Amino acid sequence: MKQRSYLALEGIGVTFATRNGPFVALQNIDLNVERGELVALIGHSGCGKSTLLNVIAGLTKASTGVIFLDGQVVDAPGPDRAVVFQDHSLLPWLTVAENVALAVDKVFAATLNRAARRDLVMHNLELVHMAGNAAKRPAELSGGMKQRVGIARAIAVKPRLLLMDEPFGALDALTRANLQDMVMELQASQGSTVVMITHDVDEAVLLADRVVMMTNGPAATIGEDLAVKLARPRHRLEIADTSGYVGARTDVLRFLYERFSHPGEKAA
Amino acid sequence: MASAVLKLVETPVGTLPENVVAPQPLRLALPVAAPVAVVPRSALQLWLDARAAAILPPLIMLVVLLGVWQALCSAPDARFPSPIKVWTESHDVIVHPLKGVSFDAGKIKVADGADVGILVHIATSLERVAIGYSLAAVAGIALGVLIGSSLFAFRALDPLFQVLRTVPPLAWLPLSLAAFQQANPATVFLIFITAIWPIILNTAVGVQTIPAAYRNVAKVLALSRPQYFFKIMLPASVPYMFTGLRIGVGMSWLAIVAAEMVQGGTGIGFFIWDSYNSSLLTDTIVALVYIGLVGFALDRIVAFVGRRIAREG
Repeated sequence: MKQRSYLALEGIGVTFATRNGPFVALQNIDLNVERGELVALIGHSGCGKSTLLNVIAGLTKASTGVIFLDGQVVDAPGPDRAVVFQDHSLLPWLTVAENVALAVDKVFAATLNRAARRDLVMHNLELVHMAGNAAKRPAELSGGMKQRVGIARAIAVKPRLLLMDEPFGALDALTRANLQDMVMELQASQGSTVVMITHDVDEAVLLADRVVMMTNGPAATIGEDLAVKLARPRHRLEIADTSGYVGARTDVLRFLYERFSHPGEKAA
Repeated sequence: MASAVLKLVETPVGTLPENVVAPQPLRLALPVAAPVAVVPRSALQLWLDARAAAILPPLIMLVVLLGVWQALCSAPDARFPSPIKVWTESHDVIVHPLKGVSFDAGKIKVADGADVGILVHIATSLERVAIGYSLAAVAGIALGVLIGSSLFAFRALDPLFQVLRTVPPLAWLPLSLAAFQQANPATVFLIFITAIWPIILNTAVGVQTIPAAYRNVAKVLALSRPQYFFKIMLPASVPYMFTGLRIGVGMSWLAIVAAEMVQGGTGIGFFIWDSYNSSLLTDTIVALVYIGLVGFALDRIVAFVGRRIAREG
């Protein structure tokens, strides 16, 4: 019998009931992610990549199929699959440290004492270079800083799987590059398994071990699965004109703009 | 010297900072201001300036209004008392607001009956409001959370609440008197039933509109129901709750005056009715001022508490 991957999606499909009858958002999705891999999901907006991430997170129920994580079926949300939300979703009435502590206190309530949990919060804030802002509230932070805290909250609970939903989509280019470098460092040091949604081709190729390209909805599925064979650590300037980077980038662009161009553009 | 506070002075060669020595034109014999060190405005002065800018306009308005009122009502046959007449005729009410209160060995004793100072009547009314409003706050928030978080409870109870909230407070009084048989608990119930509707409905809206993002955070962390209640739902809906609490306290104060006017005995509403029946219109005017000030203070206190709680989470 074939050994199952660390994260295995088997025949996932999602159908929503709407006023005009059932709407098939996703169909026949099979995806395997190995331990320690960073997989980028890319596709045009509306193709259902967020829905797929929500299914893995357990926030949306799959209509068909099953998900295995480390050999166990997962079908409800839980802190073993931490999510970094696009809008960071920090609670505005809590400080930076309290936002991270909400997650840490919940997950390690039984296993760590109060002081150890406090240390874990501060350690993770240091990892994202936000320890100096621990006492601030989210409203006092820039967008990039908020997302650093969002990442700290997600990794602090030592999840088995880290899910990132267009984490840098709302940030300016310089801040985004900065956070991308940080995610690469964190992934190297922590060995996290990551599934990340993006619509930025450069981000996908720079960060990911594999770029999984989705076809356009309705009934979207996985169109292509491209391995990015670039040595790590990757530095954006050094790899920018290597053939491996350029080749992968071209492949993704060709998929997105030749084979599955945006539905709106095709009609035009 | 007026120029001591000014930073700029007119000199024959133009406007210059006053600590700069202007080049002296030779042919003019005009004296030029001697160089003076600039005195910076102290923090206290700036604060006083800001206070004055905020307080002066309403103060001027008040004086103008009193002036117009006095002018309109100063005719000898005027039916409505002028401000000066209010002051002279109700002098006793104004300067002895604590009549009937005695301090005996550190204990406050209040005389029984209706012949007590206006602040004693107000204290009686405030006590009734405090009890009725506190009960309404607790029950209102609990019911609001219930119909806000359960669609079934919302569908079952919301139509009932929407109908009951339009019943005027005084319409409850006969039922309340019949049920409680005594004036005081009947009034307290009236306050409760008046204040509870805005608290319920605003709390429910606050709970219903908790952003999906916060609910997703709670789901991913797998928070238990009590954890969700205390860590997400309550803090997220506190601003809405306090909107309801603020409307509720205003309505309580409206209702208490009406209720006490009808059923008599004690309280500021009774004071008004009593002064009207005794043809002491000036006393009524004094009572109106007190009612307005107390209502204003209640509103500001609830708003202040709400801001503090929302900030501290």
